[in-house]
Amino acid sequence: MPLNILRLKHVTVVTTKKNVKALRRETYTVDFIKKQIEEFNIGKRHLANMMGEDPETFTQEDIDRAIAYLFPSGLFEKRARPIMKHPEQIFPKQKAIQWGEDGRPFHYLFYTGKQSYYSLMHDAYGKILDIEKHKNQLQAKGLFSEKNKTIDLIGSRWLIKEELEEMLVEKLSDQDYRQFVRLMERLLQSGAAEEEFVQSFRRSVTVQSKKQPIEPVQRDAQGMAFSTSEGKRKSAKAEAVVYEHGSGRIKVNGIDYLLYFPVLQDREQLMFPFHFLDRLGKHDVTCTVSGGGRSAQAGAIRLAVARALCSFVTEEEVEWMRQAGLLTSDPRVRERKKPGQEGARRKFTWKKR
Amino acid sequence: MDSVGTMLKGVASLVSRVRKLDPGHLRLGTQAPQSLAAQLDNQVSFESPRAISCTNENDPAKHEEKHEGLHYNLPLQDVKTVFPHGLPPRYAMQMKTFNEACLMVRKPALELLHYLKNTNFAHPAIRYVLYGEKGTGKTLSLCHIIHFCAKQDWLILHIPDAHLWVKNCRDLLQSTYNKQRFDQPLEASVWLKNFKTTNERFLSQIKIQEKYVWNKRESIEKGSSLGEVVEQGITRVRNATDAVGIVLKELKRQSSLGIFRLLVAVDGVNALWGRTTLKREDKSPIAPEELALIHNLRKMVRNDWNGGAIVLTLSQTGSLFKPRNACLPQELLGKEGFDALDPFIPIQVANYSPKEFESCIQYYMENSWLQHEKAHTEEGKKELLFLSNGNPGQLERLCAYL
Repeated sequence: MPLNILRLKHVTVVTTKKNVKALRRETYTVDFIKKQIEEFNIGKRHLANMMGEDPETFTQEDIDRAIAYLFPSGLFEKRARPIMKHPEQIFPKQKAIQWGEDGRPFHYLFYTGKQSYYSLMHDAYGKILDIEKHKNQLQAKGLFSEKNKTIDLIGSRWLIKEELEEMLVEKLSDQDYRQFVRLMERLLQSGAAEEEFVQSFRRSVTVQSKKQPIEPVQRDAQGMAFSTSEGKRKSAKAEAVVYEHGSGRIKVNGIDYLLYFPVLQDREQLMFPFHFLDRLGKHDVTCTVSGGGRSAQAGAIRLAVARALCSFVTEEEVEWMRQAGLLTSDPRVRERKKPGQEGARRKFTWKKR
Repeated sequence: MDSVGTMLKGVASLVSRVRKLDPGHLRLGTQAPQSLAAQLDNQVSFESPRAISCTNENDPAKHEEKHEGLHYNLPLQDVKTVFPHGLPPRYAMQMKTFNEACLMVRKPALELLHYLKNTNFAHPAIRYVLYGEKGTGKTLSLCHIIHFCAKQDWLILHIPDAHLWVKNCRDLLQSTYNKQRFDQPLEASVWLKNFKTTNERFLSQIKIQEKYVWNKRESIEKGSSLGEVVEQGITRVRNATDAVGIVLKELKRQSSLGIFRLLVAVDGVNALWGRTTLKREDKSPIAPEELALIHNLRKMVRNDWNGGAIVLTLSQTGSLFKPRNACLPQELLGKEGFDALDPFIPIQVANYSPKEFESCIQYYMENSWLQHEKAHTEEGKKELLFLSNGNPGQLERLCAYL
């Protein structure tokens, strides 16, 4: 069994003299990469045999599961655990040597420094010119129909700078990236001809971060419809039961909220979910809370009440609540005190001598 | 009717200024505005608020259930005589700001008034105890009762806050009358002054029936008026506590005779049976019995006399060594106090009902106390209701910010 599945091969770094070749850090030659890929595939088949599965249909997820099973690791950092992936994902993408034996570069834009970027820009501009020429010809012939086939841009976004860099295997600056985006948008405006070309530079954004808080729909007990949910804030835990039809009375741990929270600020926190949904006097709440301080308990109850109200309210209003921040639990916790400092951030008094 | 209607139409556009200038024109009786409001559609919002929240009925004796939730005006002259020291400080500030004293008629007060009107003066005095959460209006209900009794020409013995007598006392003298007890000259003299302002006309009528000796040189003969005792107490501060004791004893004795009717009104009565913060010179604590004022007051509050009534209020705000959420008579009075007061009629003072709350908000709006734009809207009122939960004290503090 090849033992070099998991070892990352360290190639000696050529750092001594500053010449153009040496500025490239770890050079993995094309042959080296090819060999790694062969070894990976062989190793994959061996692994499949070991696990008793079919080597032909052994996917990357199966590999991950097998490695986690064979080499269980207690390390907290996920990236430090043993991995076995295709060499293309492990070794960073390298450019092949750009010039031939006589020293002449292959690409015509090599001496710009960012050859693939400039070639891409050049191609895109060429496409724009083509489209305009085509349009002019149609107009001259009179066959130009104003079909504005706009490409659907909703649900997708342009590549971010890092993704573009990765695609071109070149470092870009911010201005370069902005130019690129402007050129792409101009291409879109001029016509809907080059769809695939443009779409290759867009990624979909359909992942909406809504829909995460799934609230349990209301339950019935004794004929009263109510819903329960919990909330936490800074070591205070609260559980709230919101009844659908009520007169706006709130009881905390069996005590009226006016007596439990004598401070106006806490009561305002309790009022916020109801006020936001315009349902001030319509619900009754009974809740239990423990831990934390006065303000933390108020925040915990507010979160619990907002989550419970979700089940009585339309989806649009749930989205509004989420945007208002009523449904996110506050991640701020007390920061730990560090040694050598007086508090979490405060340092000891600095003495010059 | 029509002339009043047209006058109102012209006046309604200058409501806020005209209201202050001649309130008499705009204050209609309770029955009239309902019909007028139906006729004047656009001026309803200006005119009916005043009628919704205020009545014309200034005599507490005539207050009935239909006046519940409405404010009635106390003439300022009355306020000065009847309440020289009785009003809670926040209410006194509000009175000064609005330049008028308006009190809301509420159910506990109405209940008490009903009982008082039907008291049989031959029976021993009945004790009524007003209790409730903090800020629900116990002291102001007491003031309402006192106003009623003053109008009915009773003699009013009003102790504004019994807690003031058991804490923060500067000088304590050993009593001349009884060596065990302590005197509080300052508090006693202040109280005597206020008592004099309230009950001027009675002081010359009542004659004391015993001879009291102040010290070797001064004494008071039998048959001289109570006024002289009070004067003596005010001028000679050292004997003020004893003067108070004499006043209380005489009043108790003589109220049974039927010449006058006596109302004993004590606010914060749980101070009489709690602990004190006062200490002797050797730092040992003083029990309330050892204070002469408290001792006499306890005798007063016992129902072994007839010809009047005793109205008491519990108060946690000024109380010493009692937890914040204690509001029931058992908790605040302690076992001793509860036993001493035992056959009493408890009357609970609760938060505002929705109607009362509405009326209170209207009252504030008429006096232009709520300046916030949203305060006039329905949502604003709902917010205020939620934040204060109908508690009058909290509502007042909230509105002070707006």
